[in-house]
Amino acid sequence: MESAEAEPLGASDGCQAGEAEPGSGPAAEEPDGGAAGTMMEDCLSKKIEITVSEAEKRTGRNAMNMQETYTAYLIETRAVESQTEGQCSPPDSLWRRYSEFELLRNYLLVNYPHIVVPPLPEKRAEFVWHKLSADNMDPDFVERRRIGLENFLIRVASHPIICQDKIFYSFLTQEGGWKEMVNETGFQLKAESRLKALNATFRVKNPDRRFTELKHYSDELQSVISHLLRVRARVADRLYGVYKVHGNYGRVFSEWSAIEKEMGDGLQSAGHHMDVYAASIDDILEEEEHYADQLKEYLFYAEALRAVCRKHELMQYDLEMAAQDLASKKQQCEELATGTLRTFSLKGMTSKLFGQETPEQREGKIKVLEEQIHEGEEQLKSKNVEGREFVKSAWADIERFKEQKNHDLKEALINYAVMQISMCKKGIQVWTNAKECFSKM
Amino acid sequence: MSAGGGGLGTPRALPSSGPRALRDMPHPLAASSSEEAAAELTPSPDLLLPRSFADKDLSLPNGTPVDTSSPASSSSLLNRLQLDDDLDAETRDLFVTVDDPKKHICTMETYITYRVTTKTTRAEFDLPEYSVRRRYQDFDWLKNKLEESQPTHLIPPLPEKFVMKGVVDRFSEEFVETRRKALDKFLKRIADHPVLSFNEHFSVFLTAKDLNAYKKQGMALLSKMGESVKYVTGGYKLRSRPLEFAAIGDYLDTFVLKLGTIDRIAQRIIKEELEYLVELREYGPVYSTWGGLEVELAEPLEGVSACIGNCCTALEELSDDMTEDSLPVLREYILYSESMKNVLKKRDQVQAEYEAKLEAVALKKEERPKVPADVEKCQDRVECFNADLKADMERWQNNKRQDFRQLLMGMADKNIQYYEKCLTAWESIIPLLQDKPETK
Repeated sequence: MESAEAEPLGASDGCQAGEAEPGSGPAAEEPDGGAAGTMMEDCLSKKIEITVSEAEKRTGRNAMNMQETYTAYLIETRAVESQTEGQCSPPDSLWRRYSEFELLRNYLLVNYPHIVVPPLPEKRAEFVWHKLSADNMDPDFVERRRIGLENFLIRVASHPIICQDKIFYSFLTQEGGWKEMVNETGFQLKAESRLKALNATFRVKNPDRRFTELKHYSDELQSVISHLLRVRARVADRLYGVYKVHGNYGRVFSEWSAIEKEMGDGLQSAGHHMDVYAASIDDILEEEEHYADQLKEYLFYAEALRAVCRKHELMQYDLEMAAQDLASKKQQCEELATGTLRTFSLKGMTSKLFGQETPEQREGKIKVLEEQIHEGEEQLKSKNVEGREFVKSAWADIERFKEQKNHDLKEALINYAVMQISMCKKGIQVWTNAKECFSKM
Repeated sequence: MSAGGGGLGTPRALPSSGPRALRDMPHPLAASSSEEAAAELTPSPDLLLPRSFADKDLSLPNGTPVDTSSPASSSSLLNRLQLDDDLDAETRDLFVTVDDPKKHICTMETYITYRVTTKTTRAEFDLPEYSVRRRYQDFDWLKNKLEESQPTHLIPPLPEKFVMKGVVDRFSEEFVETRRKALDKFLKRIADHPVLSFNEHFSVFLTAKDLNAYKKQGMALLSKMGESVKYVTGGYKLRSRPLEFAAIGDYLDTFVLKLGTIDRIAQRIIKEELEYLVELREYGPVYSTWGGLEVELAEPLEGVSACIGNCCTALEELSDDMTEDSLPVLREYILYSESMKNVLKKRDQVQAEYEAKLEAVALKKEERPKVPADVEKCQDRVECFNADLKADMERWQNNKRQDFRQLLMGMADKNIQYYEKCLTAWESIIPLLQDKPETK
């Protein structure tokens, strides 16, 4: 019995059980890998339309009563007519700042440890190249963050489980008192310490292989996307340089045309096209930043995956400790019952020093231990059930996430290819125009 | 119908541009000759020779005799007119090519020789075809000879003698090819020139089996003449440069400045493209590495990686093309402009000498009622220099327009080709990315 209980939480039988009960109880709400249509049936995103429509610079006083400047974002929610039948709430809007989004996400992380919680856009600009501002107040950065925050809300609202959360709904609809409400849940107290998580990581003996592989994958994913974004930033920098230097042709062709009679007009016009060419890179690279943001989201999703893996490690560690504790108590009880001592212990020492216990004392101790063993077995059973539930629901969400990831990244790559195609076509157009001017020289 | 043979269009010009150019070039001595030229397309050898000899009495300010191809003589004008007509593609009579570079290693030195092939229908050449091997210093000799014997004409520039430090190996394939093209162009410009193409040194260069013997033969005489010419160079006072030559001088100053800027821009673009290429070469493989982590996304990521690799190749080709084709033309025209400035300077010297003689004569006006012959000779020299320079300048302008049109259109073409290659690459992966529609 001990060996079975100490098995990893992610045992295959748990997974099979989940698959065998697709339609019963709470499992009906959980995602069934691929059935996107059915799982989205009750989603909040089907009922209301969420947009982050504006960003506004504000000044106020922070917790330290000091002046600070921050950006507030306008969240607008609107009922979707086609879905609702009587619940026809009017359009709603309220302002939130980035730190409130952070609070909401932290709450979701704690309350839904088995969910791959969607990440927020970056707190401060990373992977910048020299023409892209690192300033959090830069209009371009604020605009891209606005889009990222909207995306975060839409992803949460689209999630079959976390979209049901009352705190999340309140975040969208209740301007005042939301912070108090979320703090009242006391979610910070339930938050696991990083030290404890680290301890579990190093001490856990028999983690689920799937979670170990997932953790490894998320590490690799973060590494490769981080590398990709760094190199892309350098590529953007160099591409910008190539285009901008062509602008110098524009200037010198114009100046040159002044001293030429027959070539003059052709050179002047060609110079204009070179200026157009040089200017075109600004829009191209601005658009490409959105692609970079899509990659960044999955960079941060890697961390969300790791959070789920950490939680699994913690639970597995707790289970292992409980099983170990139970085994220890059982051994103690057996020792007392048989009167034999297999291992050195303090009890054995005291008996040698002060003599053997009385039978009553020993019986009392055995009774206490048996009670503890009973409790431990109940606790272990509970932890096993809890662990299996966690693994089942976490893995279901991970499968849902994988599909989302594949779909999103494929779309991002398509958009990137389309962007490159557009850039090539613009290049061909400009150079064809320039060639026509040159042919008239 | 006024004459002005030197101003006709280059071989690449439209056939109809020839006669118009003739009318645009005014020259008093050319009137009757141009009429004769219009009558017959092909020059008669009997007609050529006597008129060429008639100009032998002309000489440089220091007494050095001017070559027979002086434009002041009617026979020279006739030659120019007929040759300008011959510049139309169908009737060219002199074709020169430089090819087949070979490396020669001796105990004393290592050098490259090029095959110079000549095909001609001119009577001046004994054979219809010649093939000789020449090295760079032979070309340099020819250029110096042309400058000495044709001081009134613009001599095309040679590629630079010394390579910039650390840029390329002297014997690398790329450098040799670049130089071969430039030497080929140098000879072709001479072959297209109505006066330079009849220069005796040019003929010897094209035909002589042993050029070194010929070089040694003329060495002593040239040394004296060279020194005589150098004697004249130095400080001089020019009273009033004609407006058109002042304009040419100003134009050349600005042109060289602009060309220098364009050259620097072109080099900067190549540098930036190479740095962009370095980053792009690192960018592609990261997608491939990512593909190794994924299952469903492996193929699309590999596709993007390969596509970026194709773009790298296209960019490399663009950069190489620009380096090979565009930069040499810019360098040539910077050197060409220097040559023109030198010819302008010589013209100024000749005019200055004429003015000085006029001044001297004016002081002794009472002694001689008639202007002395040597002053008239000086005036002729100035006028003939002016005519030659104007004709060569117009020819140069036409060549320049053709060359820069070709250069800039070529540059545009290369960029278009680059973008087309990249476009093809990115379009080819769209089906790959859209493949496997969501079946679940």
